Amino acid sequence: MFQAIAFYAFSAILLLSAVMVIGARNPVHSVLFLILAFFNAAGLFVLLGAEFLAMLLVVVYVGAVAVLFLFVVMMLDIDFAELKKGSLQYLPLGGLIGLILVSELVLAGSAWVLRPAHLEATASVIPSDVTNTKALGHILYTDYVFHFQIAGMVLLVAMIGAIVLTLRTRPGVRRQNIAAQNARTAAMSVDMVDVKPGQGSGQEGS
Amino acid sequence: MALVSFFENTVGLPHAWAWFLSNAALILIFDVVLLVLIAYLLLFDRKVWAAVQMRRGPNVVGPFGLLQTFADLLKFLFKEVIIPAGANKVLFLIAPFLTVLLAFAGWAVVPMDEGMVIADINVGILYLFAMSSLGVYGIIIAGWASNSKYPFLSALRAAAQMVSYEVSIGFVIITVLLFAGSLNLSDIVRAQATTGTLALFSWNWFSILFPMLPIFFVSALAETNRPPFDLVEAESELVAGFFVEYSSTPFLLFFLGEYLSIVLMCAMCSILFLGGWLPPFNIVPFTWVPGIIWFLLKIVFFFFMFAMVKAMVPRYRYDQLMRLGWKVFLPTSLAWVILTAAWVLFVRPHL
Repeated sequence: MFQAIAFYAFSAILLLSAVMVIGARNPVHSVLFLILAFFNAAGLFVLLGAEFLAMLLVVVYVGAVAVLFLFVVMMLDIDFAELKKGSLQYLPLGGLIGLILVSELVLAGSAWVLRPAHLEATASVIPSDVTNTKALGHILYTDYVFHFQIAGMVLLVAMIGAIVLTLRTRPGVRRQNIAAQNARTAAMSVDMVDVKPGQGSGQEGS
Repeated sequence: MALVSFFENTVGLPHAWAWFLSNAALILIFDVVLLVLIAYLLLFDRKVWAAVQMRRGPNVVGPFGLLQTFADLLKFLFKEVIIPAGANKVLFLIAPFLTVLLAFAGWAVVPMDEGMVIADINVGILYLFAMSSLGVYGIIIAGWASNSKYPFLSALRAAAQMVSYEVSIGFVIITVLLFAGSLNLSDIVRAQATTGTLALFSWNWFSILFPMLPIFFVSALAETNRPPFDLVEAESELVAGFFVEYSSTPFLLFFLGEYLSIVLMCAMCSILFLGGWLPPFNIVPFTWVPGIIWFLLKIVFFFFMFAMVKAMVPRYRYDQLMRLGWKVFLPTSLAWVILTAAWVLFVRPHL
C-alpha cells in the first residue's frame, strides 16, 4: 500500500514539476523544478528496485550537472517574460511541426519489434541473487565493454575540447609557484647587512 | 525487527502499518538522540577552540556551561524572523529546511553497530555521497533567494568549491569500495574486521588505502565549508556569506544542518577508514564495550580534529583552494583508484 502511495506521489510530483519547468516565468525556478523532477525520477527508480541507477541519477544529474546548470542560469540573468513576448504568433507553425514529429514518432514506434532475447531480458529486470550494482557491472564490463569505452572516449574528447576552446595564455602574468615558495629558505631571502649611518645598505631597491 | 512485531502482534495492526509506525518511531528516537549529541558536540567544539586560545569558553549557563547550547536554541527560537523585502520569500525559507532535511537524511544509512541501522541498503555509500552532494543546494538557493550581493557571491563560491571537492571524495569512496568489495556500509565495516588481537591494524587506514584518509578528511573539511576552507562565509570578504540575510530560526536551521553534515562526515571517516563500530583491540576490556560506544568515540575523535583544524589553520586563498582540489587531490586519488584496483586484483590473492 505504501509503495502505491509512494508511486503516485513521486509520479504526480514528477509530472507537475516537468510541466512547471517550461511553465515557470523565472528561469531559476525552471531549473529548480527540473531538479525536483530528477529527484522524483530517482524515487521511481528506487520503487522499481533499480537502486544503483537511482543513486547515480541523484549524484550525477542532481548533484553535479544541475548545480552547474543552476550556476550558469543565475549568472546569465535572462528575462524570460521579455523573451516570450509575442511568441504566441508562432503557435500555429510550432504546433504543426510538433504534430508532424509526434505522428512520425507514433509511426516509427508502432513498427518497433523487439528481438526475443531482449524480451527475455526485459522480463527479468531485477536479478534476485546479485545486487544490481554487480549485475550492471557484469553487463557493462563484458557484453558492452566497447560501448562503455567509446562513451568514455567521447566524454574525454568533449572535455579536452572545452578546455582547448577556453584556454588562453596571457603573457606577463605573475603566477604563484608553490614548489618554488616552499623551497625558499631563510638564507635565500634574508640578508644581514650592517648599515653605516648616512650610507645606505648599497643594495638594489633600498 | 522487534518493534515491527510489537506493533503487529501486541497492538494488532496490519503489517504495512506496523512497519511504517516502527520505522517512524525509530527515526524519531534516532533524530532526538542525534540532536542531543549535536548540542554537546557544539559545546565541545567551543571548549576546544577556547582551550587553544587559552580562554575558558562557555561556562555560565549550567555547570561547566553544559546548558549553553539549549540557551542558544531558546534565543534563536524566540527572535524575530526577518525576511528581506526584495527576497524570494518561498525559496528563502525553503533553503534552510532543505539543508537540515538533507543533513538528517544522510544519517538513515549510517550503521551504529552490527545491525543497528535504519535503512541497510545495498548502495548505502552512494546514498551518503548523493546526500552530501545535494547539500550545496541549500547554500545556492539561500544565496540567490536573498537577492543581496554578498550571499550571491558566496553561493557562487560554494557551488564551485563543493563540486570540486566532491570529485576527490568520489574517488576516495571508489578506492574504499573496491577494497571492501561492497557498497553497503555495514559490509565495508565487516570487511575491516579481524580475529587477531591488534584489530586496529586491520582497519583501512593501515592498508594500501592509507593516503586516502587525509585526502578524505581534507575534502570533508572543504565539502562542509569548515575552516580553513570556509571561503563561503569568509567574514573579511563576504560579511557572513550565504546567511547574511538570515536570522532566528532559519539561521538556526542552517547552523544545525552544517553541524549535522560535519558529524556525518566524521561518521563516514570512521566507517570508511577506522572500522566503524569495531573495537581497536580484540582483548577483554575492549571487547566488553558495546560497538556504538566505539563508533561514537571515533566520531568524537574526528570531530576533535575538525575543531583543532579550525582553531589552528588560517584560511586558504580561493585559487589555492581550487589548486589543491583539482591539481593535487584529484590526480592523487585517481592514481590511487588504479593502484587499489591493481592491488585487489593481483597482489591480495597471493597474500
